Amino acid sequence: MNKVFDKTKGLTDVKTHYCPGCTHGIIHRIIGEILEEKNLLGQTIGVTPVGCAGFAERYFNCDMVGAAHGRASAVATGVKRSLSDKVVFTYQGDGDLASIGTAEAIHSAARGELITVIFVNNAIYGMTGGQMAPTTLPEQKTSTSPHGRSIEKAGFPLDMPKILSQIEGAAYIASGSVDSPKSIIQAKKYIEKAFDTQLAGKGFSFVSLLSTCPTNWGLSPRDAINWLQENMIPYYTLGELKTWK
Amino acid sequence: MGKKQLMKGNEAIAEAAVQAGCKTYFGYPITPASEVIEYLSWRLSEAGGEFVQAESEVAAINMVQGSAACGVRTMTGTSSPGMSLKQEGISYIAANELPCVLINVQRGGPGLGGLGPAQGDYFQAVKGGGHGDYRTIVLAPSTVQEAADLVMEAFDLADLYCNPVMVLTDGILGQMMEVVQFKSGTQRELPVKDWAVKGSAEHADGQRRIVTSYYLDSEKFEKFVKHLGEKYAQIQKAEQRWEEYLTDDAEYLIVGFGTCGRIAKSTVQMARKEGIKLGVIRPISLWPFPVEAFAKDVKGYLTVELSLGQMIEDVKLAVGDTTPVEFYGRQGGMVPTPEELLEQVKEKFDLK
Repeated sequence: MNKVFDKTKGLTDVKTHYCPGCTHGIIHRIIGEILEEKNLLGQTIGVTPVGCAGFAERYFNCDMVGAAHGRASAVATGVKRSLSDKVVFTYQGDGDLASIGTAEAIHSAARGELITVIFVNNAIYGMTGGQMAPTTLPEQKTSTSPHGRSIEKAGFPLDMPKILSQIEGAAYIASGSVDSPKSIIQAKKYIEKAFDTQLAGKGFSFVSLLSTCPTNWGLSPRDAINWLQENMIPYYTLGELKTWK
Repeated sequence: MGKKQLMKGNEAIAEAAVQAGCKTYFGYPITPASEVIEYLSWRLSEAGGEFVQAESEVAAINMVQGSAACGVRTMTGTSSPGMSLKQEGISYIAANELPCVLINVQRGGPGLGGLGPAQGDYFQAVKGGGHGDYRTIVLAPSTVQEAADLVMEAFDLADLYCNPVMVLTDGILGQMMEVVQFKSGTQRELPVKDWAVKGSAEHADGQRRIVTSYYLDSEKFEKFVKHLGEKYAQIQKAEQRWEEYLTDDAEYLIVGFGTCGRIAKSTVQMARKEGIKLGVIRPISLWPFPVEAFAKDVKGYLTVELSLGQMIEDVKLAVGDTTPVEFYGRQGGMVPTPEELLEQVKEKFDLK
């Protein structure tokens, strides 16, 4: 019998700690597949964040560095400037990149740093137990906005891909989702283009992916997907916001 | 040995780093340390390295972490308020056991403070500053030549112990011009950095490398922290450095690091003319503190610092309660004169 599907060599055999129904696994797999398909695993250094993906250095099958909270793109800058012929990517959540690490993300883009940033937006702080994130939607309930995010008190969510697409040094900015087979295929194309951007030396590359957090949203995995489709997709800008090809 | 040159302290530090093989520098401008970043902005690329003016001190130290993880000799420099911002990164670098060199050209604090010289960052440098159980090796020069030498030494010590090493100077030393001669190359055999990330295809064993400091297993984490403790104990045993000046027959000793240690030597010359048997202990390694220097039979110590008194705690721990340890300090960017220190010696030890 022909084998029609195999787990990518881009990921290790370590069991992940992600909750059931979490979409981090899908995004990990896409990245792993691309690194394997492009034969980059031996030449790639990944940088992990603090947050749910704080253990991702165990899962990606390449050299990895763990960064402090929000600092992944600064650490990646240090790596890329030291090993300019290698491929460098960061994997960051919304609290990490859009709150405590906003400056690092924006200035890496401004410098046109030749790194690829994968941004996972699930509109909540997952690892710490479901607090309000910079990406939490208006009226969304979290453990620090129990009555729903108040626009008067807590302001509006940040749309990071939209912000970054305004920056000259950013060469490729895309915003997708992983809520359906179609969007997953699209997400993979975005991430592939992001790595191509780095390999071509064009500048900073960034892919944002809307993601679910069934545990902290208090929904079943299926309902979480529905919630993402009904609430996050209408709110956030999607598509290729900046490209060079 | 290179040729003799007249250089500003900050520039000598920057040049020494290049000559020690520093390949990356990540910094942010701040007075009175800015000559370090200005010099390296052109000099490092000339020497085949990479320079980034970071968006913040926080970003700069995290860039250092990334570069150090690649096994590259790397450095960042700043002055006091900037060093406060770097503490998070220093804790991570220590936890990841990565070698790097940190420069702090101290100015007055707390807060935005002043631009004059100070030594108020002693606690932060020597006792930690970032979170958790870690130590930074801290070296304090008192001349431009010594600053250059210690920067070179700092890179070796960092590689030897896989640990951050700080060179702690101040606004006087940073801005002062003196003759300096750069020493050539390291004499030490240093460990191979086979832990560095390079891309797994570059590793002889084909195994991937992970540089991280995250433990959820308390038993494993305790084992790691104990390993750090053993390393620190080894450093305390092997790396105590200090200078003594006319201590052999001394009855009283001034203890001062950096600028204060230098001023104290002039005080000793004046005191000796008056028949007062005064000497100086100038700690060079602030951590490990040179405890061994204090096995002296003297009548008293006067600790002199450009602060309200921080190193004096380590002097007291080293001396014990057998001998009086007095303190004299200036703050806010003010610096004592040799005469002023002599007055203090006479007053504290009743020699009038």
